Order: sequence, then C-alpha cells, then structure tokens
Amino acid sequence: MDINSVPQDDSSTHSEIKKAVYASDENGKIKNIASSGWNVEETVTRLAIDDLKESSKEAYKLVKDGKMSPLYYHMYDVRMDLVVLAQSTGFFQWTIKRDFKPDVFKKINQKRLLIYADALGKTTDELKILPKVEDE
Amino acid sequence: MNNFEHSHHAHCESGVISSMLRHHGLNLSEPMVFGLTNALNFAYIPFVKIGGMPLVAYRSIPKSIIKNIQKNLKVKMKLETFSSVKKGQDRLDELLAEGKIVGGQSSVYWLEYFPPEMRFHFNAHNLLVYAKDGDNYLISDPVFDKSVKCSKESLTKARFAKGVMAPKGLLYYPLDIPKNINLKPIITKNIKTLAKTMLRRFVPIAGLKGIENLAKAILKLEKKEKKYAKLFLGNIIRMQEEIGTGGAGFRFMYASFLQEASELFNNDSTLQEASNMMLKVGDEYREFALMIAKAVKSKKEIDFQAISEKLMLISKSEAKVYKKMLEFKA
Repeated sequence: MDINSVPQDDSSTHSEIKKAVYASDENGKIKNIASSGWNVEETVTRLAIDDLKESSKEAYKLVKDGKMSPLYYHMYDVRMDLVVLAQSTGFFQWTIKRDFKPDVFKKINQKRLLIYADALGKTTDELKILPKVEDE
Repeated sequence: MNNFEHSHHAHCESGVISSMLRHHGLNLSEPMVFGLTNALNFAYIPFVKIGGMPLVAYRSIPKSIIKNIQKNLKVKMKLETFSSVKKGQDRLDELLAEGKIVGGQSSVYWLEYFPPEMRFHFNAHNLLVYAKDGDNYLISDPVFDKSVKCSKESLTKARFAKGVMAPKGLLYYPLDIPKNINLKPIITKNIKTLAKTMLRRFVPIAGLKGIENLAKAILKLEKKEKKYAKLFLGNIIRMQEEIGTGGAGFRFMYASFLQEASELFNNDSTLQEASNMMLKVGDEYREFALMIAKAVKSKKEIDFQAISEKLMLISKSEAKVYKKMLEFKA
C-alpha cells in the first residue's frame, strides 16, 4: 500500500483510536502509519455488531414474554452465545439450555448462579431480573 | 519507576515483544519480530467455530511469537500462570514494584479502555503493564496510539476470563537477552521455512492450500442463507483488517520485514523484490476486502463466483512471493 492510500475515514467503529498500518513512502520505504479507520472495515464490523444487537433484542423480547429466563438475555447482553457461555462456565450446553427455562431458572441453586454471575460479569441479583432497556 | 516509553504497533503480540525487547536494549522493529518468529501464515478451519463463524486466521497460532522469540533468538523469558486470581494480582503488583515491565495475556471484552465497538470475546490479546497508579494500572497496549489506564477490577477480569485460550492470568517478562545477536542466519533460515510451509500442499487447512479451500467454501455460500453468507464474508475481512494486522492480514507487515532483511544483506535484490511483490499481494487483499464490503452493503445478489475467483488469484500471486523467497541466497 502506498502511504497516500492509507485510509483516514474516521470510522465510528474505531472510536477515537488510531490503528497502525504498514505502507510504503515515496522512496519505497515501508513505514508504520496511523490510520483513523477504513470504510470497508467499518462496514463488516458494523455488520457483526448489528448481528449481536439483534440477538440481544430478540432475547429481550423472549424473556419479556416469559418464554425464556433472564439468563438468556444476560448471555447475549455481554455478547456471548451458548458456546461461549458453556466454555466460560464449564457447564454442559444442555444444562445451560435447561436454565433458559423460566421455571427451572427460578429454582436455580446459589452456587450455580454464582458461576454464571462470574462468567457474565454481573451480580446474582442482576441475573435474576430483566433490566429496563430504553431501546426495546 | 521505570522509564518505559509506549510505542504504537499494528498487532498485539508482536507489538508487546518489540516494545519489551526495546526497553531492555534490543532494538527490533515490530515487522522484524514478526519475521524472526515466523508468525505469518494462513488458516481456515471450518470445524472450529468462533462466534458461530469458522476460524479464519492470517497468522500462526497465538503465543507462537512469545514462544519463537525464545527459540530463535535465545531470549530467556519467564512465563507465569496462576491457579488463583488473588495470586495473579499480587504477583503483578510485586513485579511492578520491582520496576519491571510485564507482558500479559487477556480477554479483549473485559478491558474497559476498549471502545464498545471493539469488545468481542477473544482471549488471546496481549498488553504490557508498566506501572501502577493507585488502584489503576498503566498499560501500554500496542494497538492503541497512546498508553492507557485500566482499573484493577477490569484488568483482573480480563486476565482471568475463562473459555477457549483462557489466559489464566499469564504474565511474562525477559530474564536474559543475549548481547550481539547475529540476525542474518536466523533470517535466512526463517525465510526458507516460511516459504516452504506456505507452499506445502498436504495440510488442507493451512498455508496457500487453506486460502484455496476458503475460496471454495465461498462458492458454497450461494446455497446458504443470505444473512449467514454476509456474516461469513464479513468475518474474513474482520480477521484480515479489524483485529490489528497492519493491513491486508499481516502481508504489509511481512513486506516490511522482507525490506529490512534486504537492507541487512547489503540491499539484497531478491529480498527487495519479494518485499515489493508482497506489498502488491497486500493490495490485492485490500481489493478483495473492498469487493466484500460492497457485496455486503448492496441489495443485489452477491456474486460469490467473482469473490471466490479473486481469492484464488491472490493465492497464486502469493505463491510467487514464496517461490521468490526460496531463490534467496545469503
């Protein structure tokens, strides 16, 4: 890449952070240049973020309608899915799926709830309820 | 306190090692660290899923830079992981109190100084802790242009995240760095090894063969759900650009390494040519990324054939670089 082609698109997905990319200057010397983002990268990052937001939104609705336990929403809220939650807790996926059932989750023991709380970075009290979200 | 100076790098692991070695008097650029540890590669592993997407990587497995810098440069490094969170916290404080700068592995998601748009569950991030300020740590995160502050709570959570590639609080720092390292033989050996690894045909998931198989997988997306196809294509570009590769999935960084290597060998023309070729390959990867971004945004049908062919062409151009590298004689 030529030094003048280094994108400076001020990507929203970059926040104010600059990323270093390597490009060659007018004398052909390759250097480390700070870039404020590239539209192409922003498009694909946005796609992934929107997908996560959509999952979290769908989960919110299912929990609100009483079809799923709050745990289901909290998992998506911290950008996890069943696979990552299973890996983070050491629980089998099928046992987590059981905890997604509102009735089962209500009777969950404190020890198990603590492990979820630790993995999800939330308190056990937070896990038990569906928080109020402005953008439902 | 130590007189550590932050520098901005493209990638976390090569960046930490470069900063760490420089602090201890061994001046190696990030591309040089990357090349000396043979960190370039390509992997497409359809049966390993991350966030529902198959694993795509433009470099060797995480921690291989830390491993190979010891093996290839005879740098003695101390690596410590911890069975308890408390021990891991105390040990970091202890090392900082001794004035050391300490490398660490962490999750990206739990680091509070990352903007929300960049926070994903990836456990093999690397950073350098260089001081403590009250209850905060001063961190040199190579992919950030400035040094950052992080609370004890956030750093601890990130260091002890569980799951795939769980960091287990990993801390690392050099014990002994040899003086007067002769880089030439290491470079010569690495260039040959890397070229051969990439050209090797019998490992279907890695090297150029891996690129070809990814190109074939793109063709099959035609039959998949459109949303999945878009996320699949997007994931390739995220691995190529977003995660901090210096652009074009580390190819620009490797071109920079080849250029530095050429200079060390009295401006060797074969290596300089290989560097130029790799830069051009990088540009092709950027075109590939642009094609995908356009396809993902457009409401029209995606031309999977064209995207797949583009990637196939890149693998052919890249093969030429490795053949050129094999022509090099020290």
